[in-house]
Amino acid sequence: MTDWLEKHVPKLVLAPSLIAIFVFVYGFIGWTAYVSFTKSRLLPKYDLVGPIQYEKLAASPRWEVALTNLAIFGILFILFATVIGLILAIMLDQKIRTEGPLRTIYLYPMALSFIVTGTAWKWILNPGLGIESVFRDMGFENFTFDWLVNPDLAIYTVVIAGVWQSSGFVMALFLAGLRSVDGEIIRAAMVDGISTPRIYMSIIIPSMAPIFLSSFIVLSHLAIKSFDLVIALTGGGPGYATDLPATYMYAMAFSRGDIGQAASSATVMMMIVTAIIVPYLYSELRPRHD
Amino acid sequence: MKNMLLVSSAFALGMAATTAQAEPQAEVLHWWTSGGEAAAVKVLMEEFEANGGTWTDMPVAGGGGDAAMTALRARVLSGNAPTAVQLKGPSIQEWYEEGALGSIQDVAEAENWDELLPEAIQYHLKCDGEYCAAPVNIHRIDWIWSNASILEDAGIEPPKTWDEFNAAAEKLQGMGILPLAHGGQAWQDATLFEAVVVGLGGPEFYRDALVDLDQDALTSETMVQVFDQMRTLRGYVDDNFSGRDWNLATAMVINGEAAFQIMGDWAKGEFIAAGKEPGEDFYCSSPSRGAYLYNVDSFAFFNVDGDDRQAGQQLLAKLTMGKNFQKVFNLNKGSIPARLDVSMDEFEFCGRQSNAELGDAIENGSLLPSYAHGMALRGAQAGAVTDVVTAHFNSDMSSEDAVAQLSQAVAASQ
Repeated sequence: MTDWLEKHVPKLVLAPSLIAIFVFVYGFIGWTAYVSFTKSRLLPKYDLVGPIQYEKLAASPRWEVALTNLAIFGILFILFATVIGLILAIMLDQKIRTEGPLRTIYLYPMALSFIVTGTAWKWILNPGLGIESVFRDMGFENFTFDWLVNPDLAIYTVVIAGVWQSSGFVMALFLAGLRSVDGEIIRAAMVDGISTPRIYMSIIIPSMAPIFLSSFIVLSHLAIKSFDLVIALTGGGPGYATDLPATYMYAMAFSRGDIGQAASSATVMMMIVTAIIVPYLYSELRPRHD
Repeated sequence: MKNMLLVSSAFALGMAATTAQAEPQAEVLHWWTSGGEAAAVKVLMEEFEANGGTWTDMPVAGGGGDAAMTALRARVLSGNAPTAVQLKGPSIQEWYEEGALGSIQDVAEAENWDELLPEAIQYHLKCDGEYCAAPVNIHRIDWIWSNASILEDAGIEPPKTWDEFNAAAEKLQGMGILPLAHGGQAWQDATLFEAVVVGLGGPEFYRDALVDLDQDALTSETMVQVFDQMRTLRGYVDDNFSGRDWNLATAMVINGEAAFQIMGDWAKGEFIAAGKEPGEDFYCSSPSRGAYLYNVDSFAFFNVDGDDRQAGQQLLAKLTMGKNFQKVFNLNKGSIPARLDVSMDEFEFCGRQSNAELGDAIENGSLLPSYAHGMALRGAQAGAVTDVVTAHFNSDMSSEDAVAQLSQAVAASQ
């Protein structure tokens, strides 16, 4: 009996969560993919009609805007959050006295929800309330900073708010990475008279490659599923200029009663995530030869 | 175990007892949760309980009804629909086609609804010729609200056509006054748009373009002019309008920061709450030249089991159309009664004007469903139109491009 228990308890304990994952994650992914090939409107229908939902998606100017915005937002958000996070980490790594408080200050935005970040930046960037009006009150009559209400530039305000929120977190990742670099190598390099920038460029940063990968994965999935930030900051506007795939999917599913469109857009989003995650999993899971 | 049995048999007995008496039960899903609205729906709840019924309130706030619709979908899919649901316009038909709606034809016949309701509105409430929903109010959408003292100073009458509106706005701009308070949200852009469509094109054109989605109307020269007028209106709005809520835009008119707002009659509630007198401190006028765009809220009755719940539906339908509820609810909400024989004596100036113009519109056949508020088109189609309207209003797209996109988007949504 004890032997049997010892052998099977781990399986028994894991089984419910495994079943739950299969049903609620993979099962519903499959369900969504299935529904995306039907003519479902208000309620799901189950007669397959081929890829018409995807054709409609491809023809929709709003979806095109959403995808373009995802590309702009994703690339700039990941790039700036990584670069700023790295710079902050290197600065903090200079054995300064106030590191503790500074680290907390930079990490603090991460403790806020995107809704709070979005609302705060909505006020900061609003031309009638925020930066623009402050500068105009100070006497700079022609100062203009109206990105938030400019359809061509509004997506960049989402980048600003997103970077502000996430770069502190990236900084923490890099700081941990910097601390784990072997001090002996650095001291040896210093003895050889190599300059500090060169040490960073040639030794420390290359040795942090896994951290770059982790932060890329974390940031890219934040970017793709980004929803609350846009809703709070711009509400998808002006017009639908800052729509992202996630907000498009929500509008179709919950405001417009068009489940077919929502399912097809969700499926496309999942394929984008897969395209990023699979190479990562592959590189992580392959057997190492070293 | 024995206790369990006892409890469940007692429960079963209780159930049997209620079924025998068929005490009316109603579970009502709605999103009237803000101050005036909640007070208005409470009137119905009290009447329902005074008639021996049990009311289970199921308010789901958020997203202008989106959250409530999500809850409704889950309930229907699980085979446990609420007794009555706040629904309106074509979505009633959509739910009927899903096989989810029941009939209250008996009550409607006994109470003579066919005589009491405008024909255009009956159309929305009937599923295959039988009533399946009961109306609670009529909102008018195409109102221009104006600040009386600004208009007086400028020597302007409340505009009754778009030409008059443009002339007034030019004059105000010359005086350094912001003509139009507007909130840059898609549904508010759509509210402007439909008022322009009916004002410039007339009722026939409105019906062709926004009810029947006729391609000839959508690509016509008139539609180009409509988008031209939208561009003109954009010029009367301040630069900071993006994302502004409608009530903040109303506040701008109340405080004299802007002269006009184009909004449904719920804006009136904001004026009155600020202590302004209709017809004296602010005016209401319509640019629609005799046409009338309506938004009718209603309760739709879902298929439910059990005599008690069906009795609840009958009672609720009867009370909803009752004179008392129609009057009290609409006094609270700023709309006007859906049944035509309610005395308007207690309503204020704009409410009486709305009712009078409703009568004229019924006679002229120019009583039209609002597209922007989900009365004329199904969700996906209305959404397709709104996407183009809001994209045009918020960019420098030309009117011709907008018309081409509109025609394409509508075709794709069907």
